[in-house]
Amino acid sequence: MALATRTDRRPSTTRTLWDSTVGKKAVMAVSGLIMLGYLVVHMMGNLKIFFGAQEFNAYGHWLRHIGEPFLHSHWALWAVRVVLLAAVAAHAVSAYQLSRRDIKARPVAYAHKRRRAGYATRTMRWGGVILGLFIVWHILDLTTLTVNERAWAGHPYENVLATFSTWYGNTLYITAMAALGLHIRHGFRSAAHTLGAGSARRDRTLKALANALALLLFAGFVSVPVGVMTGVVK
Amino acid sequence: MKLNLRVWRQQTPDAPGAMVTYEVDGVSRDMSFLEMLDTLNEDLIVRGEEPVAFDHDCREGICGACSLVINGEAHGPERTTACQLHMRSFRDGDTIDVEPWRAAAFPVVKDLVVDRSAFDRIIQAGGYITAPTGSAPEAHATAVPKPDADRAFEHAECIGCGACVAACPNGSAMLFTSAKVNHLGALPQGSPERETRVLDMVAAMDDEGFGGCTLTGECATACPKGIPLPSITAMNREWLRALRKGRAARD
Amino acid sequence: MTAHAPDHGTATMSDTYAHYTTGEPLADTKAPSGPIADRWDRRRFEARLVNPANRRKQTVIVVGTGLAGGAAGATLAEQGYRVVQFCYSDSPRRAHSIAAQGGINAAKNYRNDGDSVHRLFYDTVKGGDFRARESNVHRLAQISVEIIDQCVAQGVPFAREYGGLLDTRSFGGVQVSRTFYARGQTGQQLLLGAYQALSRQIAAGGVEMHARTEMLDLVVADGRARGIVARDLVTGRITTHFADAVVLATGGYGNVFYLSTNAMNSNATAVWRAHRRGAYFANPCFTQIHPTCIPRTGDHQSKLTLMSESLRNDGRIWVPKAKGDTRPPHRIPEAERDYYLERIYPSFGNLVPRDIASRAAKNVCDEGRGVGPGGQGVYLDFADAIRRMGRDKVAEKYGNLFEMYERITAEDPYEVPMRIYPAVHYTMGGLWVDYDLQTTVPGLFAIGEANFSDHGANRLGASALMQGLADGYFVLPATINDYLARHPAQDPVDDTHPQAAAALRETRDRLDRLLHTDGDRTPDSFHREIGELMWEHCGMARNDAGLRTALARIPQIRQEFWRRVKVPGSGTQLNQSLEKANRIVDYLELAELMCLDALHRTESCGGHFREESQTPDGEAARRDDEFSYAAAWQFRGTGKPPVLHREDLAFEYVHPTQRSYA
Repeated sequence: MALATRTDRRPSTTRTLWDSTVGKKAVMAVSGLIMLGYLVVHMMGNLKIFFGAQEFNAYGHWLRHIGEPFLHSHWALWAVRVVLLAAVAAHAVSAYQLSRRDIKARPVAYAHKRRRAGYATRTMRWGGVILGLFIVWHILDLTTLTVNERAWAGHPYENVLATFSTWYGNTLYITAMAALGLHIRHGFRSAAHTLGAGSARRDRTLKALANALALLLFAGFVSVPVGVMTGVVK
Repeated sequence: MKLNLRVWRQQTPDAPGAMVTYEVDGVSRDMSFLEMLDTLNEDLIVRGEEPVAFDHDCREGICGACSLVINGEAHGPERTTACQLHMRSFRDGDTIDVEPWRAAAFPVVKDLVVDRSAFDRIIQAGGYITAPTGSAPEAHATAVPKPDADRAFEHAECIGCGACVAACPNGSAMLFTSAKVNHLGALPQGSPERETRVLDMVAAMDDEGFGGCTLTGECATACPKGIPLPSITAMNREWLRALRKGRAARD
Repeated sequence: MTAHAPDHGTATMSDTYAHYTTGEPLADTKAPSGPIADRWDRRRFEARLVNPANRRKQTVIVVGTGLAGGAAGATLAEQGYRVVQFCYSDSPRRAHSIAAQGGINAAKNYRNDGDSVHRLFYDTVKGGDFRARESNVHRLAQISVEIIDQCVAQGVPFAREYGGLLDTRSFGGVQVSRTFYARGQTGQQLLLGAYQALSRQIAAGGVEMHARTEMLDLVVADGRARGIVARDLVTGRITTHFADAVVLATGGYGNVFYLSTNAMNSNATAVWRAHRRGAYFANPCFTQIHPTCIPRTGDHQSKLTLMSESLRNDGRIWVPKAKGDTRPPHRIPEAERDYYLERIYPSFGNLVPRDIASRAAKNVCDEGRGVGPGGQGVYLDFADAIRRMGRDKVAEKYGNLFEMYERITAEDPYEVPMRIYPAVHYTMGGLWVDYDLQTTVPGLFAIGEANFSDHGANRLGASALMQGLADGYFVLPATINDYLARHPAQDPVDDTHPQAAAALRETRDRLDRLLHTDGDRTPDSFHREIGELMWEHCGMARNDAGLRTALARIPQIRQEFWRRVKVPGSGTQLNQSLEKANRIVDYLELAELMCLDALHRTESCGGHFREESQTPDGEAARRDDEFSYAAAWQFRGTGKPPVLHREDLAFEYVHPTQRSYA
């Protein structure tokens, strides 16, 4: 008799997580939140530039020696880099796969065009790509110093000044930070909902929080090139 | 009123389709949108042309059969089904575009008719409470707190029309699926199957080729029954909870 | 019994059709005797059972997926039978049961207001104006209690009180509060419960579901129902499906009237084709006109929308006292209003049964006191209720109905009284069935609105959902066992069987003829014509002359149909005009039988009001001495006079009285 209608055999938790749109979105949300947390710290560190070359360079030096003497130099930094790399990879791969899926799910567009969704929502995909490219340039510029005009190892203050004394450095950076703001504005709220944290009551708070975070990070990061351009930082 | 209609015509699922323009005269403001299409079809038949095929049945906004995208909006400009949309929402001389639901999981059958059987398969995957006939305890054996009952009802109102999928830029069925998950999950009767239900229904939804949620909110805006967007959030929470519980059960 | 005259539109004189003959009386051989409260138990005990291991070897076809069909399909599959099920819509969830608003009755007596199984039984027999079978009705009342349990277990979100227990309300025509409801969407919620149970069985492989597939004929092989001819509406393929028994759960035939509260695609083809193949059709003239529908606005009207009868609990119905008073309602002073239901029926007032409320509305409109466009409407006024309960309370109770009304009419019922007018809503008549719900064709069962069994000449509010679910969940699954146990291994039937081949051929020919007539009129124009004729002569009030006029006109329309209908497109793909035209073919025959039944029943009872049979104060006058029977008609060919078989009704427990609601 057809009373038992379900089987108990299920794929592993990881498999279920990664194969499902809901699970993959959760991966995206968690990796996004990790990066967001990093960015807040990163932005606060950046603000030290307003206290002069010595303090900023000392801060840069400290970053490489966190945890000493218990840890060897650079270990903590590399640990952070590994986590971040994993987060970026997970975020990018899941975003790519989910986007492919979404585009495939709606193969024919409506003949009657109509403006849909908010700006931040619609720019998530391109914004993400822009940010990815920016990160590559940012690392080549200020970490490996490959493309930095000054490229003075151990002197981040001078290198930052060099970057922001070029028009393209400023343009690239500010554009990317605008994209970042928009990305966070939608992404933070989206992550909260994906992880089940939103509700009708909380959505307003979430929206406000997302806007505040986006604005804070944008302002914090952009204050550096603006400081350089206006001569506050020199 | 006199209207210009641009209607999607497509003979068979595989045939190419196109927007075709028709002029409809003598439209009354009291007509429903579907009655206006009836008028067009009567004209077409008399002229020996094939009438425009569209799904419809109860014409009371409850069966969920009608499925027209009108001027780019699922069910048109009012928050209701196309059968309850009246021509007083339009003006004389308007040009109106009428298209079928667009989603990979809802292939066009003919003209404005699409195949929504994917929805049935999502329900078949777990959108029920196992209660074979005759097995039920006395109805008052379990009291259900009114807020829970109201919450269940709010989600149970879904009519399965598919406007959420049609409106979503990702062709996602998250709102539809979450409505059923939350309806049954809110009730004590539904709790024994809570975990399997959400895992199986989401898996079925993915298998049918629907897209994921990017929180554009288009689905909830288009929903004629007002199923709210946080319904999806609640399902996400339910799904993650089920995954954690499933892992705990295995350990 | 399956001898047929040549099909389609044979020219006949109306006179000959009216000259029906009377055949053998019909007896319900399955009805158990003994005390009425024990009969259902007794029948279940006496019915044979099928060994669980053998059930999967037997196939049952279920046509329709509404409350009755959905519940039956799910339950039969749970029992282990192989079920093959059909519906014309794209999903079983869209069946028109979904549109029922008000509620479902059950004799739970949760309110401790004096309700009981016996009272529900009594109310239903009385409400049906003593034209229903006592045994069936009592069984229905008994099962009503189990239905609520079953639906709650499935997760149907009935309205609840703050204590967490189920809420009930009182509903038209009764004085106890026994109606369970889910806001204004009770039918939807009950149907989704059945649909979900069915979905579970589809996933488990117990039910093979064919959506977008319409039954076009019944296959009766060697005297038993063995299958159906069905058309896949997408590919146009016409095929046969065979089984050990066939269950029709295809709903009522109200769409004969063109304008009704039925869904656009609800149709009579399944029951009519079964009738043509030998199933007797009982009491076709018993149609229910629902009093609270939104009036029509013009010729474009494609259907009518019902508003829940529960509105009559708090709304007051009135018309101006003076004829032709065209002042807006708020300008008509209290003294110049006629609250006619309260005036004529002081003890029941606005809550009189549907047939009485409808007829009273027709009477005041016929007197020229109707309101709104065309004078076809009466006011349903909530001003008093708003004053008494406050706007918020009214909104909480009726908000969704008010919204619906405003959406359709663009008038705000909080400010302006609603306008309502009666509309065809439900058909009490249907295929004749015995206590087991089996028709006169062995192996063919009819459940839900498709049969004639439980409502007599008038159905009480909130009883249709009860009957559909009772038949589907509890009655049929018990009684069909008996039939299947008695016919365990029937010879296989396939397309080569002469009767299957004939059904297939006739169906194909009929559709071909529709496609190739290439006339100049749309199918809808014929539907509208027959509908108007029926509303005029076989609607709320009927008389000899009118019915004879209709009987003379119908064969002419039928002839004209086959000469002038135009169906564009092909039969090998989705073709909605073809579907519609084919349904009209059957309406054009069924309408004739309805008129004949109405003509032969010269009494008034329930929804059937013969102007010749009324009391001095204009109420329906029943004539029990002559008409205390169900009229079951046997088909003898299109346009040929049918044979009447009477099933006498015995009333042992509820003594027939003239209904009085004054």
